[in-house]
Amino acid sequence: MKKTPVKIQRRNFVKGLIASSAATLAGCGQTEPPTYGNILRMGDWLTYKSHRLFLPSNSLAREYELSDISPAPAIGTTNPADPDKGGQHPEYAPEYGKLLKDGFASYGLRVAGLVERPGMYSLAALKRLPSRTQITRHTCEEGWSAIAQWTGAPLRTVLEAAGIMPNARYVQFHSYDGWGDGIDMVDALHPQTILAYGMNGRDLPVPHGAPLRLRVERQVGYKNMKFLRGIVVTEDFDDHGEFGSIQNGWSWYVGI
Amino acid sequence: MAVKAIAAVPKAASAAREGHRAWVRVCHWTVAVSFLVLCFSGIYIFAVHPRLYWGEVGNSLTPALLEIPITANHRPEGWERTATFPIRDGEVFTASRTYEIFNQNGWARSLHFLAAWFLVITGLVYLITGIASGHARRNLAPRAHDFSFSRLWQDAREHLRLKLASSGGGPPYGLLQRLSYSVVVFVLLPLMVLTGMTMSPAITAAFPVLLDLFGGYQSARTIHFFCSAALFAFLLVHVAMVLMTGAGRQLRGMILGR
Repeated sequence: MKKTPVKIQRRNFVKGLIASSAATLAGCGQTEPPTYGNILRMGDWLTYKSHRLFLPSNSLAREYELSDISPAPAIGTTNPADPDKGGQHPEYAPEYGKLLKDGFASYGLRVAGLVERPGMYSLAALKRLPSRTQITRHTCEEGWSAIAQWTGAPLRTVLEAAGIMPNARYVQFHSYDGWGDGIDMVDALHPQTILAYGMNGRDLPVPHGAPLRLRVERQVGYKNMKFLRGIVVTEDFDDHGEFGSIQNGWSWYVGI
Repeated sequence: MAVKAIAAVPKAASAAREGHRAWVRVCHWTVAVSFLVLCFSGIYIFAVHPRLYWGEVGNSLTPALLEIPITANHRPEGWERTATFPIRDGEVFTASRTYEIFNQNGWARSLHFLAAWFLVITGLVYLITGIASGHARRNLAPRAHDFSFSRLWQDAREHLRLKLASSGGGPPYGLLQRLSYSVVVFVLLPLMVLTGMTMSPAITAAFPVLLDLFGGYQSARTIHFFCSAALFAFLLVHVAMVLMTGAGRQLRGMILGR
């Protein structure tokens, strides 16, 4: 007698599991990072889920002293207006070229999606928000590391200024070199996650993502998207297709 | 009393001939496969940046402790210096990479971490079962009354001269054997896992003590590299010993348990 409800629950649980995996495979309207039936992506998913389950959501990455600041390599795209330096986008490359000419005076970060007040945030407006300065270690998937000082507006402050809607689950980022990526709300609302406009006491240099880049200190280097063009708050997971990490064979969550 | 004691001897002897227990066999082969996958993916990962450092920081713009020429990924002349920062002028600067590098980390990292999951979970099962069942104390840990440097020296000399006693495919193990298994199980593999976790920015945010323990991210990476080299050397010697002491019986002991 006692076993019956348990059995029903278990059956419902299995049904739910099948339904959710079917939704994952369908790839639309999903709210979880997909595995695409790929064993490597399933391993990534396990790492992501276990980090979210077992690690505290607000633990801070180590911050260092001014004397720890090191030389910092710039890799990948080092100028989105220059085809020899990773500038590849037919529309954004000339747009970035114009911004470079006027010293980013006409730059505006597009904030869209699940926010009450979507719109453009000028660099001056972002600099007027309360800022955070942190000296942290940039850890590249390649195996090297560098310590730099980053100054910017906490992403949480920007999102709260725009008014986050309750169903928000992810923040997507779009760059001037045409890439797209996203982070979940745990990382988005983390106190060290900032939209950085300053590096080592100066304006962010072009090779490091001027005028604005993401710093998400609990993930490895490539999640810290450079040359931000806009951010979109979503409920659904977005793999950004051929412009995102997953379809290019890279893990979406890289807290490891 | 006497009868009981005599009866106990053949029982113990036949237990020794039974080879390895089922849980030991499952753990052994799971770890063996995981380790080979970790070596394979680890070589690809290391090849992307084959330079080792000490401390928190190390990159193409800073001096290396050791550089291993396995790819052409490091080209000091291939960096275009773009800015010098006011902090320690001239010393703190940035430069842009101007060349394409060999990089298969997209799959290599994910494969490495997938295999690491198997190794860590199996390792935990093995350590807990091994300690709780007395296997670790009985069969692996060098016994205090056995241990002396002259005996260890004698055992090592016999191994080097390849004077090897035929083995029954399981415990009891010799002194050198116990010592090497213990170092692998209780020192090298735990060090691999801990230094591996020290390279994770999410884990060190939660447990910054790991960075203090190993002296920084790059130190952990360097220790990870040398421990993996030691484990690989162990693998070679281990397989050679199996081949020289009755490969068929040894393999049967680790596959079928008899």
